[in-house]
Parts: sequence; C-alpha cells; structure tokens
Amino acid sequence: MTPEMLSLSNSPGIFIGIMLVKLIVVFAVVMLSVAYATWCERKVIGHMQTRLGPMRTGWHGLLQPFADGIKLFFKEDFIPAQASKVPYLLAPMMILVPALITVAVIPFGPDITLFGFQIPQQISDLNIGVLYILAFAGLGIYGIVLAGWASNSKYALLGGVRATAQMISYELAAGLTIIAVFMLSETLSLRGIVALQQQDLWGVCSFVPNWYVFTQPLAFCLFVVTGLAEINRTPFDMPEAESELVSGFCTEYSSMKYALFFMAEYANMIVIAAITATLFLGGWSAPLNIAIFTMIPGFVWLLLKVYSLMFFFMWLRATFPRVRYDQLMQLGWKVMLPLALANVVITGLVVVILQ
Amino acid sequence: MASLLFYILGFIMLTATLLCITRRNPVHAVIYLVVGFFALALMFYLLGAPLVAAWEVIVYAGAIMVLFLFIIMMLGLAPQELPEGPNWHRWGPLVLLSSSLMACTLLLIFQDPAATEIIGTYYLAPQELGEALFGRYALAVEVVSFQLLFASIGAYMLGRSLPKEDDES
Repeated sequence: MTPEMLSLSNSPGIFIGIMLVKLIVVFAVVMLSVAYATWCERKVIGHMQTRLGPMRTGWHGLLQPFADGIKLFFKEDFIPAQASKVPYLLAPMMILVPALITVAVIPFGPDITLFGFQIPQQISDLNIGVLYILAFAGLGIYGIVLAGWASNSKYALLGGVRATAQMISYELAAGLTIIAVFMLSETLSLRGIVALQQQDLWGVCSFVPNWYVFTQPLAFCLFVVTGLAEINRTPFDMPEAESELVSGFCTEYSSMKYALFFMAEYANMIVIAAITATLFLGGWSAPLNIAIFTMIPGFVWLLLKVYSLMFFFMWLRATFPRVRYDQLMQLGWKVMLPLALANVVITGLVVVILQ
Repeated sequence: MASLLFYILGFIMLTATLLCITRRNPVHAVIYLVVGFFALALMFYLLGAPLVAAWEVIVYAGAIMVLFLFIIMMLGLAPQELPEGPNWHRWGPLVLLSSSLMACTLLLIFQDPAATEIIGTYYLAPQELGEALFGRYALAVEVVSFQLLFASIGAYMLGRSLPKEDDES
C-alpha cells in the first residue's frame, strides 16, 4: 500500500513543518547559486578572454561575491530628487520576487516517504504549473519598466520602453514553444511532465530516457533563445545596453537596490535554466536509465543540468555581440514566431497521426 | 477559509480599481489596475478555475497592461508632470453611463432569482475547458479569432508606411 500524500488536511503540523524546510532549503540554494553565478560568470568570461578574472579575495577569488555584497551594502543609497519615490523603491523588489516564486513549481526529486506520508520534492505541484511560470515570467517586466519610468531619466526610460517591446514580442514565441511540449505530455503539471520524460525513448530504446529535447529539438532551441531574450541576457540585453544607454533601466540606482537588480538577473537565469531542464531535459531524472546514474539523488541531476545551461548562457555572453534593436524585433516576429507556430502545427499533425 | 479569502480578495479588487480610476498619474493607475487583475485572477482560482486565473494574469496583467505602460511611456509623461484634473463636460457622460450600468446590474442581481442562487463548488480542469473551447464552441472561437485577424490586418493597413510622394510620379 502506498502511503497517503501529505496535505494540509490530513496532518497540518507536519505539512507546515515540511513546507518551511523545503522553502528555506530551496531559497538558500537559489540565493547561493545567485551569489556564485556572479563569480562564475566573471571567471568563465575572464578565462574565455584569456584573463584571470577575480583573483584577490580568497583562493582564486572565491570570496568575491561576499566582498561585492559588503561593498554595495556600504555605498550611499541614493534617490534622485525628481524620481517617483514609491515605484522607485518597489521596482527592484518587483523584478526579484517573480523570479524567486517561479522556483516554487520546479520539482527536484521523486516523492519520498517520511512520517508515514508521501512527500513530493517540490514546493507546490500546481496543475497549471507551466502556465504559472508563464504568468510570473510576464510579471517580471513591471520591475524593469517601473525602474525605468520612476527614475525620471531619459536613459532609464528608454531602457524601460525597450524592455516592454522586447518582452511582449518574445513572450508570445516562448509560450508557443511550450505549447508543443504539453501537446506531447497532455498535462500542465511539471511533476507529470518530468515523470513522462523518464519513460523509454519513443517506447523502444530502454536505456535512454524520453526527454523532450529528442522529440522537440526545434522547440528546445527556440525556448532557449526566447528565454534569453525574456530575461534580457546578452546578446539580447537591449534594456541595459551600456554602450548606448549608460546602464539602461538601472542607471539611477545605487547600493543594495542596484544589487537587487543584479541578483534578479542571475535568479532569472537560474529560473530559465531550471525550466528548460524540467521541460526538455528530464528535470531531476538521470540522463541514462542505468543503475549507477539512477542511484544519484534527483536534485544533483537537476542542479547539474541547471549549471550546465548557465555555463552555456555565460559562454554565449562571451561569444556574441549585442544585437541591434531592429534585428531583435525582426528575429522575434519574423523568425521565432513563425517557427514556433510551424512547430505547433507539425507536432499537432504527428500527434494526431500517431494516435 | 474560502469565504474569508473571497472577502479579502474582493476588498483588494474593489479598492485597487477605485484607486485606479481616481489616480491622476497614469502609471500609478496602471499599477493599481494590475493589482486588481491579480486579485481577480486569485478569485478565479478560488472559484475552481485555475486555467482562467492563469490566463487572467498572462493576458491582462502580463501583456495588455504592459502595452498600456508602453503607450504611456511613449507619450513621455515624466513622473512629476501631472495632466489636468477632471473636466466635468468630458466626464459627465461617462459617469452617467457607468452609473446606469451599475444600477442595471444591481437591479438584475436583486430581481432575478437565478442570479442570487449560490453556485455549487465546481472544479474546472484545464482539459475540460480546452475540450469545451475547441469542441463544443469551436465555431464561436474560430469566428472570434477571425475577427482578431481582421483587426490586426486593419491595424497593419492603417499603420503601414506609405510610399513617398516623389516615388509615385
């Protein structure tokens, strides 16, 4: 007999306790990853450009994130005289919070049995998980736009305007690529999607799992590119193009508020990597269905996949120059959107034929 | 629990909407409206329609309001430049229309017994909604989508850049 699923109704005390533990652990892992992502990015790009990157604080600059944090903490917290105060203060939080709450639906392991209950290794298994991610990805934009508008500076405003147009264009294509995935999975729950990806590849190859990257290679590529555009990573970092707009939407920010923008950027990167890993790369499941790999706990695989994708994003930043704004729009509307639509049509046809 | 949440959400929604229509500053108004939409989405979730809740956030809060902000920014209203106050010649019709609409709604709610009947708890699964939209109501969905297509083609026709005068001669 499989034990009952733990819920608020059958054992509120244990449920709240376990939920708190999960929340704190996930938050700590994400925040530590954010801190070390800054260090990794500087190191990776440094070595790719035959520099060393940070070397002075700790062994090979390992304490650099903390040094940066302390430095930013002691900077003057400055608010421009003509700024709109409340939105100016709210904006950095409005960009970080959506990024962090998206992590809540990412599953990081199989169900475990504890205290006689079945406990999912996921903060919340929403049955509309994928749509929840899309919804909060769309809300992150308000932080950027408000930061740009509330600073009352031309450069910041231009950054905000660019961000709105970019987000609207790429959100559409990102949503359409995900549609192809849940046409195959027939569920919107991320837990269900991961479970489906653990089956044998196309029902024949027993040791390779059925990751959607094999069945949906085009959707995977499109999702990575649109994801990069959505979180304003290079080569799509138009809202903060430092060669044209000083620093874009965060020009007027200083001290910890500026640090919050940076944390949000890396948190967004982690989120996009985690979503890509969950939707296309099997989430927490092992890359090969053999005993040595499946013995390793799920969160290790998930983190490995997330960090590899993040390394790829850093690699992109070191490789590509920033695209021009009209190129960005053209890519979004004339390449990404038609390709995503075509992918949906083809997937639909194949699914209907195979039924 | 559920009814408590319902009243809290209802209060947030009404307050946000009220603040939205009383703010002079368009950006503040948009932010209040986003808050209102968010409360509305949660209300849908509470009533057992998670898919509608997600759409509410994605489409209204995530896309349409961003476009509103885009337009406001394009108009170039800096934070301190406030537009003129209410002009009763311009606002009178709007107030009249909306108050009569409100009166109609109240009348409907108090008169019609079907409107006051409490609807039982029902959980609308995403699959069910999809099947209803693309099965039973497929024709209506297609007609609406064609209308949207016409609208976007029309907007493109109106907004396209015309060839310059000297090219035509």
